[in-house]
Amino acid sequence: MNPLLTVSGLTRMYGNRVGCRDVSFELWPGGVMGIVGESGSGKSTLLSCLSARLEPTAGRVLYDTREDGPVDIYAMGEPRRRMLMRTDWGIVHQNPRDGLRMGVSAGANVGERLMAVGARHYGEIRAQADDWLRKVEIDGERIDDLPLTFSGGMLQRLQIARNLVTHPRLVFMDEPTGGLDVSVQARLLDLLRRLVTDLGLAAIIVTHDLAVARLLAHRLMVMRRGEVVETGLTDQVLDDPHHPYTQLLVSSVLQP
Amino acid sequence: MTDQIRVDSLSKTYVLHTQGGIEIPVFADAALSVASGECVTLHGPSGAGKSTLLRCLYGNCKPDSGAIHVSHGEGTVDIASAPPRVVMEVRRRTLGYVSQFLRAIPRVPALDVVAEPLRALGVPVETAQARAGELLARLRIPERLWSLAPATFSGGEQQRVNIARGFAARHPILLLDEPTASLDARNRAVVIELIAEAKAAGTALVGVFHDDEVREAVSTRVHTMQG
Ligand SMILES: Nc1ncnc2c1ncn2[C@@H]1O[C@H](COP(=O)(O)OP(=O)(O)O)[C@@H](O)[C@H]1O
Ligand SMILES: Nc1ncnc2c1ncn2[C@@H]1O[C@H](COP(=O)(O)OP(=O)(O)O)[C@@H](O)[C@H]1O
Ligand SMILES: [Mg+2]
Ligand SMILES: [Mg+2]
Repeated sequence: MNPLLTVSGLTRMYGNRVGCRDVSFELWPGGVMGIVGESGSGKSTLLSCLSARLEPTAGRVLYDTREDGPVDIYAMGEPRRRMLMRTDWGIVHQNPRDGLRMGVSAGANVGERLMAVGARHYGEIRAQADDWLRKVEIDGERIDDLPLTFSGGMLQRLQIARNLVTHPRLVFMDEPTGGLDVSVQARLLDLLRRLVTDLGLAAIIVTHDLAVARLLAHRLMVMRRGEVVETGLTDQVLDDPHHPYTQLLVSSVLQP
Repeated sequence: MTDQIRVDSLSKTYVLHTQGGIEIPVFADAALSVASGECVTLHGPSGAGKSTLLRCLYGNCKPDSGAIHVSHGEGTVDIASAPPRVVMEVRRRTLGYVSQFLRAIPRVPALDVVAEPLRALGVPVETAQARAGELLARLRIPERLWSLAPATFSGGEQQRVNIARGFAARHPILLLDEPTASLDARNRAVVIELIAEAKAAGTALVGVFHDDEVREAVSTRVHTMQG
């Protein structure tokens, strides 16, 4: 078995400013990596570089493709990268409006992804969309409604359904519970935790919330000023932090 | 009997960077071996480092030097230096741990909390839940609570859910940190029985028990820690 992602020396500069610097790690199938750190520490920059959305200044991201094994995601051609993003990856944005099409129905938001990977049979697509809406706890009666009429929590669950319906191997999430009320967060976290476990998904989850990281991630990377300062098993990093910055993060919250 | 756990010259000092870099040495050059069928109890005053040692064995605490060899499948793994995904795999198949306090996961019912280590081993849901129910019943958690998330349970109930979870998967190694601290005499007796059954089945146990009566009942050997 190969790592799904092999990241080495990944750096992204914004002019003279560091976005992220010299990040290296491996992610294995089924592994869930959390990226934590305060605002501005480079989490989103790193996630964008990892998910083929932001070309790094230096370093490499190898993805273990089903056909040819490990391939540099920035060296492959654009059509192949697009195909990979449709078939193998999911991207869950912090703001669900960035990941959904607000002008088409909930069912179409989910069905569209299936059509993008070749599904053509209308009844089949609708049945799968319906099934996924149910999995993310959205009432089937809402299938023809526009997302505009949905609450924040529902929008985020719809975005998750849209991403998971094609059975990706790897999902990138940027602050998936970010803009939500605490009670809505708990429900979404429980859902994410179950889906990731049941589907054996690999995931990279950016969050500034250590409680979210503890619940979802197997491993953590702690970032400060664009660099990874500490990594390890999630509970070990949170319960026995070694780096001064990690200790500060952990001691600044109530019971992560 | 072969050792399931062998700790070699293990050292741990906490460094509190947010408090002026204060150093708290916990132990140095610690050694410990545990064979299958044994229950070794860690004994010593509060602050002696008993919980820290157990947490190191589980990979929850990172020692500064030394090794923690654990029998895992056909081979051994050094928990002190193994990468996270290997430690996770050792936890899934080999290492059980009953922490001092249950960390309740929002919205997950008690029955599933207990069944989860079995589910992680691929045991079908009905079988896992049946075993979970059996343990919860033995530990006198009323059946009406099984479908509720333990967050609202009393301290003693949470601890019994935690114990049931620890024993559910019958891991070859089981670590117990004051599992009987908030239990009444009848439930303490159940825990003593569960430990005796695990020993008879060949489990290697390491435990901390504040209660002399429980310690005497379960210990094969006492490992004294000075602090
Ligand atoms: N498009 C951009 N142009 C210039 N600087 C940017 C841009 N995006 C992010 N940065 C800078 O890069 C650093 C890391 O930002 P970001 O990755 O968004 O951090 P985080 O997600 O942890 O809040 C910050 O200093 C930020 O100001
Ligand atoms: N996470 C931690 N960070 C800093 N110091 C700790 C931490 N955990 C325990 N200690 C300190 O380490 C020493 C040993 O603690 P512990 O292992 O809990 O002992 P015991 O379980 O024997 O009471 C104590 O002085 C305690 O204050
Ligand atoms: Mg960000
Ligand atoms: Mg203790």
